[in-house]
Amino acid sequence: MPYHRKGLGERVSDGVIVLTMWLALAVTLYPFLYIISMSISDPVNVVNKSVWLLPKGLSGEAYVRVFANPDLWQSYGNTVFYTVAGTALNVALTIMAAYPLSIRNFIIRKPMMIFIVLTMFFTGGLVPMFILVQELGIYNTRWAILLPTAISAFNVIIARTFFQGIPEGLHESAKLDGANDAVILVRIVLPLCKPILAVLTLFYAVSHWNSFMPALLYLSDSSLQPLSLYLIKVLIQNDTNMLEGMMEQSARSLYAVQIKYAIIVVAVLPIVVIYPFLQKYFVKGVLIGSLKE
Amino acid sequence: MIRQAAIVLSRVRRDWILLLIALPPILYYVIFHYIPMYGILIAFKDFRPIEGILGSPWAGFKYFEQFFNSIYFWRLIRNTLLLSLYSLLWGFSMPILFAVLLSELRNPWFKKTVQTASYLPHFISIAVVAGMIVTFTSPVDGLINQLLGLLGIAPINFLAEAGWFRTIFVSSNIWQSFGWESIIYIAAIAGINPHLYEAAEMDGARRWQKIRHITLPGIAPTIVILLILNIGNLMSVGFEKVLLLYNPATYETADIIGTFVYRRGIQNAEFSYGAAISLFNNVINIALLLIANYTSRKTSETSLW
Repeated sequence: MPYHRKGLGERVSDGVIVLTMWLALAVTLYPFLYIISMSISDPVNVVNKSVWLLPKGLSGEAYVRVFANPDLWQSYGNTVFYTVAGTALNVALTIMAAYPLSIRNFIIRKPMMIFIVLTMFFTGGLVPMFILVQELGIYNTRWAILLPTAISAFNVIIARTFFQGIPEGLHESAKLDGANDAVILVRIVLPLCKPILAVLTLFYAVSHWNSFMPALLYLSDSSLQPLSLYLIKVLIQNDTNMLEGMMEQSARSLYAVQIKYAIIVVAVLPIVVIYPFLQKYFVKGVLIGSLKE
Repeated sequence: MIRQAAIVLSRVRRDWILLLIALPPILYYVIFHYIPMYGILIAFKDFRPIEGILGSPWAGFKYFEQFFNSIYFWRLIRNTLLLSLYSLLWGFSMPILFAVLLSELRNPWFKKTVQTASYLPHFISIAVVAGMIVTFTSPVDGLINQLLGLLGIAPINFLAEAGWFRTIFVSSNIWQSFGWESIIYIAAIAGINPHLYEAAEMDGARRWQKIRHITLPGIAPTIVILLILNIGNLMSVGFEKVLLLYNPATYETADIIGTFVYRRGIQNAEFSYGAAISLFNNVINIALLLIANYTSRKTSETSLW
């Protein structure tokens, strides 16, 4: 606004807004920065509480100890498995639900839509689900993590909305060429839907990476448990057995605190590193999902 | 009759591949959603795993009465509602405030940076966030108590005091979600016709007037829809984080219906009791959703259906 002179009030409010936003930025990022600094500082400075913002002295010893612990590797491996296998299953099933729903004259389109949306409002709840998992014989197996959350109705709606954006003429002409619906899905629709595949993959992958409730409910065997349960034991339940392999008695007072910060970093790092590159897909997904039916 | 059957049959023949594709998802929903709904039946039975759902004897409303007469009933209702209400009050208004202020920023680079950073906490798992809270609030070496120490305040054992629970829960919720939940509002603000702002400036409108008369009305339908959805979830406040942060010392303010169902229904294996409480909770949720939707349709003509 070149020829519009701003009044004093306008400039003050500009300043207040910019300041508030800096504050929001600081509040969001400070905990992360603090955790990283604590995890790589000289442990002496961690123990005598002199780290506030940036690392003081450098030491990778906490990470060496964390990575030397076989329990951590095992739970990390489990989380990677649940994320990869679970996401593949999720995306495949979500497409199989969303594609038929996107075909306008599909014979059971409306009842199937209601059938799925109803589950967003009404659930059996914790106990019947727990009994079901036991009755199916998948309690304490990897299936107990993969199957119960195999499809999210919200993501079906996102995918369906996207599929509906594909011009119907493409379906028609492929049909005339003798292609059936499965061929159309694989050869024509999916190649056009890479953005939505990316969105679905990301949504599901993050939720698997972060999930702990199914594991808490259905996995009592610690060799099957994901990283999130390991974190809970070390950070929240303060289970010192978990730390035993990481340090001898004498080092305990020096490293006990720092190791917790290092474990947090190890758990969060994959997400923080890939996040800036992928966040635009997440945003896209939310916006597709929020379109009113 | 016969003609109708013939039409259906020809449509089935036309769509049989689609039906085949839809079959696995439908099976998933039947097994993992509708069978558990059927399993709610155990709320009205004395469920014994050996006898199965059908074989177990009927109990009528025994477990509902047990819950209503429980000394914990009002405490659970109060804690669940208050925790949700505070979360809603703060968790719902912050994203709107953030989106409006963000849209007032002029420097696009700064705007983008703040926005991107604000989403990040949303992707951190509840387990890690709870771990961070436990670490930060530690009375011995936690960051928060160190900062309080600088101000000369004695260390507080936040997680052991019932009076602090709601504050910790709600403020960490805000940290996790204010950025992410502002996405929809930011998009709605971006969709407002810029000519409106130009015209208002011509008429000499101040910033506050533009916000009040253009921005807020522009995002009002979005606000109403999200508010309805949030009210529908009023009784289902995320119990996973509570489960990780509460302990017997804070049950007075922290124990909510979800955690109670987990403790009694799963850990104590009181299956029928747990199912009855869940069902009661779910019915209230649906009632709240219907009421919110109805009220909104009558007053603002915006509604979910």
